[in-house]
Amino acid sequence: MRRQLPFILVFAFGLFMIFQYFVPHESSERAYEFLLDWTTIIGIFALAVGIWSLVSVTIEKIKLRKPAWQYSFFTLAGLFLMILFGFTAKVDGHWGFHFYTSEGLQNPMFRSFFDYILTPIQATMFSMLAFFIASAAYRAFRARNVLATLLLIAALIMMMRFNPFLGPVGPLFEKTANWLLNVPSLAANRAIIIGIGLGMVATALKVILGIERGYMGK
Amino acid sequence: MITYDKLMSLDRRWVFLFLALVCVGAYISSVEVPLRVNKEVNKIYNFIDTLKPGQIVFIAIDYDPSSQAELHPMTYALSEQCFRKGIKVIYTALSQNGPGMADQAIRDIGDSMKVDRTYNGVTYKGRAIKSGVDYVFLGYKAYFAIQILSMGQDFRLPFPQDYYGKPLDSLPMMNGVRNYSQIACVVDIGAGNITDAWISYGQGRFGFPMALGTTGVMAPIYYPYLNSGQLMGIMGGLLGAAQYEQLCDNPGLAKDGMRVQLFGHMVIILFIIVGNIGFFMSRAAKKREGR
Repeated sequence: MRRQLPFILVFAFGLFMIFQYFVPHESSERAYEFLLDWTTIIGIFALAVGIWSLVSVTIEKIKLRKPAWQYSFFTLAGLFLMILFGFTAKVDGHWGFHFYTSEGLQNPMFRSFFDYILTPIQATMFSMLAFFIASAAYRAFRARNVLATLLLIAALIMMMRFNPFLGPVGPLFEKTANWLLNVPSLAANRAIIIGIGLGMVATALKVILGIERGYMGK
Repeated sequence: MITYDKLMSLDRRWVFLFLALVCVGAYISSVEVPLRVNKEVNKIYNFIDTLKPGQIVFIAIDYDPSSQAELHPMTYALSEQCFRKGIKVIYTALSQNGPGMADQAIRDIGDSMKVDRTYNGVTYKGRAIKSGVDYVFLGYKAYFAIQILSMGQDFRLPFPQDYYGKPLDSLPMMNGVRNYSQIACVVDIGAGNITDAWISYGQGRFGFPMALGTTGVMAPIYYPYLNSGQLMGIMGGLLGAAQYEQLCDNPGLAKDGMRVQLFGHMVIILFIIVGNIGFFMSRAAKKREGR
């Protein structure tokens, strides 16, 4: 029964959600809203598990002095400081903890940590990609064979499409770039999307019918 | 080492240094990058431009600071266009760092709105935009697909309060606004799989007019949806953002960034050409030597 009960639940709720989509009745919508609420509630437990997992893995790393263990202090500090700032606020001239309101989101430290630490860090990490792309393009974009040459030409056209120094040839590049986006790229992407869609339907059916049991952990 | 071998095995630190110098040079230069606006960007602008004051546009800010260079300018230009025309805006942020991005954008746009400005020949008086009156920021909830579906029933289901803790029912702007049926269009400005959820679970199920602002690398993936009519327009990357700024006559970060992107691309093209010259010369030399 321990194994059968989850299959029965998945089958019943999966089937219900499929039929509910086609029944625009008030009671059907109410049941749907109720189930959506439940999904969020169950999801919140996953969040708690995630935080617990992060803390335990980081503490373990410090204890065992694993490579780069010193950085783990920053991970823990970031996690707990943001939680602390997020729950602290000045209300009616007094600072205090506010667990049930969103006053903490206006905390200057909470905002400053986001604006002046997280934002520049993430933006910097991403902007460094430009340098790696330049280096990778220099090494990898070689006209070794027909396919590589096609890729190389397509990349050059895309990069040249808004170059103002090309004079009268400029619009031609732009037209070709738009054609690349609207015809070959579109065709390939559409095929991928249809493939993914069919794969999702097949997987969903396999889960509902109990053929795919990966979510059970085995 | 022969010259063409050197061309093929240039230390990557030279590539980094050269690119950095060109980017800094481009940023401080005053070269104008002329833009021709794509029809997929134009369609978004025209749609918003024809809305009447009081109508509501839903802007989903679904990106993190890593994509802010490309996507923040879209949020700025689009929001300011709405506010100047008296169109109201509902914001959500369904990515983890989205609320911070939205909060930052709303503060900056609020400052810009206080100044008198002239766009496309029309002068707009400066005014303060108010939460609950001109815009509502719903905030963040985990599990974006579920929240997109829930908002289709009622915004109050996932967001009984706005980001600032005010009950939605107490906000004048939300009076009579229940779900997507009362919204003129949804513009998702996103850099991840939340965009897919907006198209599949939002537009697909509820059928609202939808436009998309996304990063340059992601834009081609969404062209099939433009072609099928599910999206009315796409702003792709910094170029799309700069085109939108140009349409709004509100040049900002994207127009500035286009200079850097243009010269950066030219450097990459240069290195690709240099690498290929080295490659072909090396191959020809090997053939001559009979290898």
